[in-house]
Amino acid sequence: MEIQTDGAVSITPIPSPKNGDEKRRFDKWWLLLLFVVFLIAYLSITKSDPYWRIILFVRDGIWVSLSTTVISFLLVLVVGLLVGLGRLSKSKVINGISTVYVEVIRGIPLLVQLLFWYFAFPSVVQAIGNSLNIEALKNYLANPVGMAILGLTFCYAAYMAEIYRAGIQSIPKGQMEAARSLGMSHFESMRYVILPQAVRIILPPVGNEFISLLKDSSLVSVVAVADITRRGREFMAANFIPLETWTMVALLYLTMTLFSARIVTFIEHKTRLER
Amino acid sequence: MEPIIHIENISKKFGALEALHNVSLDVQKGEVVMIIGPSGSGKSTLLRCINRLEKYDEGLIIVDGIPLNTAENINAVRTEVGMVFQQFNLFPHLSVIDNIVLAQRVVRKRNRAEAEKVAIDLLEKVGIPDKAHARPGQLSGGQQQRVAIARALAMNPKIMLFDEPTSALDPEMIQEVLDVMLNLAKEGMTMVVVSHEMGFARAAAHRAILMDGGQIIEEAPPEILFTNPKEERTRLFLSKVL
Repeated sequence: MEIQTDGAVSITPIPSPKNGDEKRRFDKWWLLLLFVVFLIAYLSITKSDPYWRIILFVRDGIWVSLSTTVISFLLVLVVGLLVGLGRLSKSKVINGISTVYVEVIRGIPLLVQLLFWYFAFPSVVQAIGNSLNIEALKNYLANPVGMAILGLTFCYAAYMAEIYRAGIQSIPKGQMEAARSLGMSHFESMRYVILPQAVRIILPPVGNEFISLLKDSSLVSVVAVADITRRGREFMAANFIPLETWTMVALLYLTMTLFSARIVTFIEHKTRLER
Repeated sequence: MEPIIHIENISKKFGALEALHNVSLDVQKGEVVMIIGPSGSGKSTLLRCINRLEKYDEGLIIVDGIPLNTAENINAVRTEVGMVFQQFNLFPHLSVIDNIVLAQRVVRKRNRAEAEKVAIDLLEKVGIPDKAHARPGQLSGGQQQRVAIARALAMNPKIMLFDEPTSALDPEMIQEVLDVMLNLAKEGMTMVVVSHEMGFARAAAHRAILMDGGQIIEEAPPEILFTNPKEERTRLFLSKVL
């Protein structure tokens, strides 16, 4: 930029593509995230009672929400891939099982699934223990966090399987043919040629799944897991200030989801492919 | 002499359409065979049957003494048979050199240094050593096809199959690919080429085959087939493409 004699400002007309990329990484969405963080800080400092008290109270819930989400998500990535490959399998049995699983799971609300795993599943195990006379199963009790992770994984893996399937199917058929014609097995071709390309394509929807999972993890509060939402309810029960409590809980979730969305965009940028 | 490719009475249907009907063909070691014919005549299907990218319903194919019947045999044949596609089919997520290195490491179990040496030698042979670290997407069509040829050659195949290797190229890039193929033919590579490049056929092919309707109509040395065909259908086809 240089100031000319008549006072007009001439701006270098076209920014180089590299600069454009740098700029896009810190777009307006980073500003929104910054604003939310700033708002939380502002509220906790200017009105530390109740806002800072709420944060201190739900603090351990943040850790529970995050760890439940991350562990479930890692499992979802693995189970989803297996089911997704199952959906593409030529074997009628494997294909049938995966398809039924996906259709059944997608047809039942997540909340109902979580209630089933926590409240109904243990009695099924106990009944099996009784009929087979196995002591360990007779006294089986559900672990809340374990069941919550199981429930979230089971549900989200069904959706993830469809994302994997679509991603793999979007890779041109010639890629598999080229790999096979070089003597690679079906598995090797998937591993080295198809999946590395598919993963780049499905990154945006997979990132969205992570964010959805983070939000839906609030449902585990109904099955005795002390996540942010449940800690918020407990704070409410003791102090009865709903507006402040739920505003702060909402802001905490918003910070986490906005931040995750930024990370996803960043990774997407890094791994973009030109064909 | 035992032919390196032996095709005996193979038939193949796509639904109601009969893509191949009782086709038999023997190719000798070191022979360059050109397959021409109108689109839908079954020439690509026949080529793809040789390394079993396409299943055939009836008949028998033996490549280098190995019958194409079990999964192990099919993989064994594929490592001996290189294939070049119309659409190049390079792996876009890998650099040029890694495209050539990948299968050497996975299938031939060569170490990285060894595989890279082979790759660089081949890139020199096809005339683009400076593009080793480029992405396929940054290359022209002709360059991509030459990389695809190098990738297939890196497996030390005994036979090379070319499925319309120049059909997707801009006219000015066709010659650079044909030059690489001519050199290969001179070195004595066994080649089966589906293409309408008559210049290449005259310069390098020992035999030209005309297919139509899933059958071999006529086969002869290229200069005879092109100038003095016996069959009316050959004459008709040649009048359209020449």
